[in-house]
Amino acid sequence: MSETDKNKVVIPIGPQHPSLDEPATFTITLEGEKVVNAVIGVGYNHRGLEKACESRTYIQDLYIIERVCGICSHAHSTAFCMAIEELTGVKVPMRAEYIRVIVAELERLHSHLLWLGTACHEIGYDTMFMYTWRDREKILDLMASYGGNRINYGVNTFGGVRREFDETTSSDIIKTIDELDEHLKRYMEIALTETTLVSRLKGVGMLSHEDALNFGAVGPVAKAAGIGYDIRVAEPYGAYKEIPVKLITDDRADVYGRTVVRILEMQESVKIIRYAIKNMPGGDIAVKVPRRIPAGEILTRVEAPRGENIHFVRSNGTDMPDRVRVKAPTEANWHGVQHMLKSGRLADVPITIAAIDPCYSCTDRAIVVNSGDNINVMDWKQLRQYSIDWYKKEGIDITALKL
Amino acid sequence: MEKKGPGKIARDALKNLFKDPATTSYAGKGTIKVERGYRGRLQYDPSKCINCRLCMKDCPTGAITIINEGTKEEKKMKAVLNVGHCIFCCQCVDSCNKGSLTFSQDVDFASLNKEDLTVEL
Repeated sequence: MSETDKNKVVIPIGPQHPSLDEPATFTITLEGEKVVNAVIGVGYNHRGLEKACESRTYIQDLYIIERVCGICSHAHSTAFCMAIEELTGVKVPMRAEYIRVIVAELERLHSHLLWLGTACHEIGYDTMFMYTWRDREKILDLMASYGGNRINYGVNTFGGVRREFDETTSSDIIKTIDELDEHLKRYMEIALTETTLVSRLKGVGMLSHEDALNFGAVGPVAKAAGIGYDIRVAEPYGAYKEIPVKLITDDRADVYGRTVVRILEMQESVKIIRYAIKNMPGGDIAVKVPRRIPAGEILTRVEAPRGENIHFVRSNGTDMPDRVRVKAPTEANWHGVQHMLKSGRLADVPITIAAIDPCYSCTDRAIVVNSGDNINVMDWKQLRQYSIDWYKKEGIDITALKL
Repeated sequence: MEKKGPGKIARDALKNLFKDPATTSYAGKGTIKVERGYRGRLQYDPSKCINCRLCMKDCPTGAITIINEGTKEEKKMKAVLNVGHCIFCCQCVDSCNKGSLTFSQDVDFASLNKEDLTVEL
């Protein structure tokens, strides 16, 4: 061991840790307070959703896909529906596309409000956490009222949406977003002027423009590094072809920049919802889609609150898909986190991780059970003996313990 | 300044002995207010059902079972729902062409017994 290595301390954080809600490991190597290396271990939340989709019909899959993520449920189901609609060649009524946009933007609002709250909680600013979660609750109530559920709204169906958008719904939404718009102005003012918040977040978790491009960052992480890439603008889908969307970017490239981008995105979402409600055309809300989907392959992209959401569907002409692949935005952002953590301080680790708005279960698409050739199958007794021997090597004799 | 001492504690302790708990016993007793349009327990009208079983085919969790206890000519339809499996997506309501399934705003079916979760609609 060299003299420099002696000064290094390895701190394992996770899989169960108090700061973040889902399991993941972060092996942080410290030199004093400075993080010199960080290794991220994900894979505790693998649920086998893609495989489950292959043995169920497309309609059943819609509800599995909606549950890939608890926050971006509408973004996932929109991407999946778009894939099926493209394969079958149906044209979704414009009214349904507008409703999808309104729900997607409401989802963005509640996702960003949730993030703002948790990020402030990570830095010990719990007052802001209470304010933002109060506002988020109002949006969830709107979703429960229109969609039928707070989180997995179940608004989308193949060929359109499931529920008519009535006058009461639109007036309720307008009332809530007017109120929220006022609150957002206040949050923006706080973000720009509150010295505690600014000095705590500025220069933390830096990911420069070049690094963001190299690591393939998406969503607010990329936008905060000055990458103006938003699927709603770059490759408009659905009603975004008609609705003007202002691209939000920032050049700060740190956690503070990501906070500003998210607040500005929320203000933009409010504008989009107002425009969509005002200009919503009449007509049907759904068209019929056959149960058997023609054979083919399709890849769709949707801008979820956390960034680019990619779905791949391969159909073999039956009523069940041959392959479904979901790439959630967090999967793209993980690569940059390792870089962000390096050269930071230990106290900044939670907020740096939280700044990408990680969704662990969305990320876990595969799990490696057998790695390498050295596979050793043990029975229960052998496993017990192995653990006793392992602890003995560490200097602990667990056989002496009396339970 | 408020007086503090063993006397005050004893009074509070005695009061709490006879007072109702601050939390209310919810399961099976209370009512919960839900939003307009919230998806709750299913309702079934056997007279409209034609036994096509599309609801069973489309249910993502296999929570609903349609049974015909009569004959093909004289149907005696019955629907059994496992509310423990049901995710309240109401796809069955959308799939039903005859309008035999609808949803209510009833969300109050918490139970301590697993058996109580299988209900006949």
